[in-house]
Amino acid sequence: MKDNVVFVQGNEAFVEAALYAGLDFFAGYPITPSTEIAELLALRLPKKEGVFIQMEDEISSMCAIIGASLTGKKVMTATSGPGFSLKQEAIGFAVMTETPSVIINVQRGGPSTGLPTSGSQGDVMQARWGTHGEHAIITMTASNNQDAFAITVDAFNLSETFRTPVILLFDEIVAHTRERLIIPEPGEIKVIERLKTSVKEGTDYHPNLPREDGRLPMSDFGGVHRYNVTGLAHDMWGFPTTDSTTVYNLMHHLVDKIQGHSKEITRTKEYYIDDAECLLISYGSSARTALHVVEDRRLRGEKIGLLELQTLWPFPAEVVKKKSVNARCVIVVEMNMGQIVHEVKKAVDDPEKVFLANQINGSFIQPTDVLNIIRIIQGKGA
Amino acid sequence: MAVKDYIREKFFPHIWCPGCGHGTIMTSLIRAIEKLEKEKNDIVIVSGIGCSSRICGYLDFHTLHTIHGRALAFATGVKLSRPELTVIAPMGDGDAFAIGGNHLIHAARRNIDITAIIMNNNIYGMTGGQYSPSTGYGDFATTAPYSNIDHPFDFVKLAVGAGASFVARTTTYHVTSMIKIIEKAIAHHGFSVVEIMSQCPTYYGRKNKFASAVDMLKYYNDHTTPIGSKDKEKNPELIERGIFVDKEMPEYCDEYDKIIKMASQGE
Repeated sequence: MKDNVVFVQGNEAFVEAALYAGLDFFAGYPITPSTEIAELLALRLPKKEGVFIQMEDEISSMCAIIGASLTGKKVMTATSGPGFSLKQEAIGFAVMTETPSVIINVQRGGPSTGLPTSGSQGDVMQARWGTHGEHAIITMTASNNQDAFAITVDAFNLSETFRTPVILLFDEIVAHTRERLIIPEPGEIKVIERLKTSVKEGTDYHPNLPREDGRLPMSDFGGVHRYNVTGLAHDMWGFPTTDSTTVYNLMHHLVDKIQGHSKEITRTKEYYIDDAECLLISYGSSARTALHVVEDRRLRGEKIGLLELQTLWPFPAEVVKKKSVNARCVIVVEMNMGQIVHEVKKAVDDPEKVFLANQINGSFIQPTDVLNIIRIIQGKGA
Repeated sequence: MAVKDYIREKFFPHIWCPGCGHGTIMTSLIRAIEKLEKEKNDIVIVSGIGCSSRICGYLDFHTLHTIHGRALAFATGVKLSRPELTVIAPMGDGDAFAIGGNHLIHAARRNIDITAIIMNNNIYGMTGGQYSPSTGYGDFATTAPYSNIDHPFDFVKLAVGAGASFVARTTTYHVTSMIKIIEKAIAHHGFSVVEIMSQCPTYYGRKNKFASAVDMLKYYNDHTTPIGSKDKEKNPELIERGIFVDKEMPEYCDEYDKIIKMASQGE
């Protein structure tokens, strides 16, 4: 067997992927169930002359990676539930200053301290709207190690391409499930590097003047160009402003650069969708349960399929609309009281055909949890 | 070079009130950097939120204006990524010791080579005059209309206790020594804390019976004394100024380099 085939838990797969994508700098704080990510990077990053630092809290971890990213490093932090809440203000700073950064949130049961060692998908809306103020954000997820690897590399690529924080919304079950991972050879998955300015030293560099295509080439902070970075609304110099036209343009730029590229950012997987009368929509570890149900019912001749979402934000409404058009019923499988289900209802032609199959007791959602809903919809009773 | 060669004139006039001490600190910081013969491209300024933080925009260095209380956390990320840069973090009293107190004590514990400059005006000025962790017991503020019952921190003692390897205090009255202290703090290889008492005539002064900025500056002269002076023996109420700690300790970025060497030897 080749030595790039490993048997690891999800947290290890995320680490392998981050290193594959070129991670240079990690700052974190211990929290269950994401701690293994920090432990592994403490071991691995110094070997490649990268920086690992355990900060004094969750907030400073997020701040430190933003500082490092501005100087030209590829950066990441990792946390879970309560830590994700604490990082929100600084995530907003990364949004406003357009600083590439990757944030892993291994979701656990909440609210508050909740269920630290149990799986949950309760942070979907927090990933979208957790930081204050109007903004757009990218959030990705995956259901198994191999996909999590590809999606993590993707997260770094999207973060650099769109100059935005990208949230990797994994969950405890994916993070702690041990399974096979084939680590791709270098070059097998494309790794995107940061777009740097071509403005020469000694020439005025406008850090916040978008090119015609909307992109903002960066100059490493602390390098040849001196410029200001601020979380205040700012002009093309990066200097604070309240000028209404400038603020209008800034806000539209921040939102449009992501919402306007939804197609490029959308990642989904399809299983038996073409003739599906019953369409399951799921993501993260719940999609494993959903896939089990689909494969099991297919053996019995039922026309059932699965659309697995790997991009949660911006929500892939177009794909959901297109793929659900022939389905008589759509069942969203998720481990919360219904978060993505509302987005699905907004996206489909008839919201009345959308149902929720969920679990919120700390246990992994079971096939029977989904089957009971299917039976009720079919009029057979649970 | 002239002071104006270090500032971004196009962003003036600044937002500070008439009589504010922060401009004096900015000029002194520039003078100290000039004396150290640092290139403008060598200097990074990282600030938080508040009146103090606006120093960022005006200085022609690499400037990072962050979020309230977290300047040192951002500065840690910058310094660890580019240890060759000189990183200076000007902060207000609330910024550094209320919302940001945790980051300050931990930066001190690590002894990372960052110069923290506490522009202490004893008040939250940007929000209009609320009591801060350095507002005196019995002082008045918009949120202490009857009298402040909080006891103030002694920032110097706190920094010393947290293990900072350079700790100093000065005031905006004592400009010549302020420049020297900032110069030494920046040159110091490790975490430096410089508390600079800076007058806020608009909010602290008006609420606490100071008729003008000049009165406040005179107060700094009359109520402070060099460390170990005889005046202090006679009047223990006097606030000491000068350099309290200046010691060599292993610096964090240097220590991290050792970790990299150990990790690569383990291959």
